[in-house]
Amino acid sequence: MAAAVLIENLRKSYGEVQAVKDISFTVQPGEIFGLLGPNGAGKTTTIRCLCTLAKPDAGKIEVVGVNGISSPKAVRQRLGYVAQEVAIDKVLTGRELLRLQAALYHLPKKAIGDRIEQLVAVLGLQEYADKKTGTYSGGIRKRLDLAAGLLHQPEVLVLDEPTVGLDIESRMVVWQFLQELREAGTTVLITSHYLEEIDALADRLAIIDQGIVIAEGKPSDLKDKLGGDRVTLRIREFTPEEEAGKAKHILESLPFVEEVIINTVQGNSLNLIVKSGHSSLSKIEQCLAEVNLPTFSLAQSRPSLDDVYLAATGKTIMDAQMAAASTRDLKKEKKQQMK
Amino acid sequence: MSQSISNSNIKSALAPNPSISRQNIEQSNSLGDFIQETLALTQRLFIQLQRRPSTLIAGIVQPFMWLILFGALFSKAPSGLFGDDLSYAKFLAPGVIVFTAFSGALNAGLPVMFDREFGFLNRLLVAPLSSRYSIVAASTVYIIALSFIQTAVIVLASAVLGAGLPGFAGLSAIALIVFLIVLGVTALSLGLAFALPGHIELIAVIFVTNLPLLFASTALAPLSFMAGWLQVIASLNPLTYAIEPIRYIYGHGDWAINSIVMNTSWLDFSFGSVILVLLAFDALILLAIQPLLRRRFA
Repeated sequence: MAAAVLIENLRKSYGEVQAVKDISFTVQPGEIFGLLGPNGAGKTTTIRCLCTLAKPDAGKIEVVGVNGISSPKAVRQRLGYVAQEVAIDKVLTGRELLRLQAALYHLPKKAIGDRIEQLVAVLGLQEYADKKTGTYSGGIRKRLDLAAGLLHQPEVLVLDEPTVGLDIESRMVVWQFLQELREAGTTVLITSHYLEEIDALADRLAIIDQGIVIAEGKPSDLKDKLGGDRVTLRIREFTPEEEAGKAKHILESLPFVEEVIINTVQGNSLNLIVKSGHSSLSKIEQCLAEVNLPTFSLAQSRPSLDDVYLAATGKTIMDAQMAAASTRDLKKEKKQQMK
Repeated sequence: MSQSISNSNIKSALAPNPSISRQNIEQSNSLGDFIQETLALTQRLFIQLQRRPSTLIAGIVQPFMWLILFGALFSKAPSGLFGDDLSYAKFLAPGVIVFTAFSGALNAGLPVMFDREFGFLNRLLVAPLSSRYSIVAASTVYIIALSFIQTAVIVLASAVLGAGLPGFAGLSAIALIVFLIVLGVTALSLGLAFALPGHIELIAVIFVTNLPLLFASTALAPLSFMAGWLQVIASLNPLTYAIEPIRYIYGHGDWAINSIVMNTSWLDFSFGSVILVLLAFDALILLAIQPLLRRRFA
């Protein structure tokens, strides 16, 4: 069976900016696949190439075995696309927008009415379908966009940052819906810079940073591969530097501790990587007590996807996010992406 | 969110249906698909017009004001000044008809530009349109329909203001001329909407084209009133080729395809040859915008 989505050695530049340097990943039929990375990592550009909105400089794109570069029309037919910023015509009602969309996908005229009713019901839009879309809240807009993306029963639904700017309740609705979609057999490709989102939804994921894939696999596999547990220790709420240094020195001598990092941004808290399966916390506390250091807080956890990202790039996604925000010219990017 | 319908219904609603999409591509009823998508896009523009009618209202009020104000401006002009016992009302009506259609057509690109800027165009471009020219076709159909509405109103208003009413053949000929000038100018505007970087630039182009082309045509005054150099420009202005035959129709109930409707400093044009000039103008523009559209639609 052909992969639902196959991307190989994709490359795309806008002017001098190399948005995508070398991206490859495979999405299997029927799974939810996550593309995780900070803003500016190249997620949206990858999606734009996949959805035939941008022509890649090099690389291979296939959707259910169809070549996206030589047969873009056939790919458009197989994909549903839910863009990050929902562009809707505020003057139209939801139902009118769906009717327009149905005609653009050439649904048989007789089937259009029923299909729209079906999706309006499934997405709980009955109350809103005949109101102008300009009156919709963010969550309702997103639901309308999901309906529009699914009208033609695509084999793959592509969502670019589907929950950015949504309230928590709407976000849960979207999550639950995507899971229902997978149950029904539709392949879902979703991009996000929210770790929890990808962790909660994705069967498999690829982590993207600066235009390349730095990890691909199941969330649990990626985390297990890192090995060890993460321990966060605060000696005091705000620990003096010399105390943190002293603690680091002592803890590093413990046999089950692999690495100790002082996090200066978080009030000199200590981040430890320890071998899993040890009752590490009590030993750490005991060890600190012996040298008369108090323990303000102490917590142990399994590695998260952020740790996977951290291990590969040396920074957290949040840090990368902040760094990207200060260097990107979003207006210019928007112009370049304008068709 | 889906309490009201059963689980199996949800499943069938959300399941992919590859057979349907594949069938569509194979069947590939291109013309049918093209008509379906063009109609749907045109319908969208008319729904917008219906819910936000201010452009149409302004587009009807403005020519009214032209008719009344310019009519009053020259109402005391010596009779016969505008040619063989043509009243200024009769002289002015064709100018206002063509200029109104021209302005409307020149603005045709703006909605498309806003669709580009707001990203609505992307929604159209990810759809498997049988041809992306349906986006352009829908705008053209819409603008032509709008121009016909405006023309009808101006013709009726002019009749009330004393310009008389051409016969059925005359009205049909006016419709044909309006169609030809609107087609060319709409195509030009749509081409610009895809070539220019944003709506600011497009508005700037519209701004510097609109009134100068009006004053460099015979809309408000005959060629013989103009300085020599302006006569040359006006004789090259496509608007003049639309205005003069309509003016002839207004002045002569007995017009025919070989009537000389226009005398420039170097050539005389019959009704038929003016139509050919307008056709050539349309062909030229449609050819010229091809590369602009292809660059975006490739």
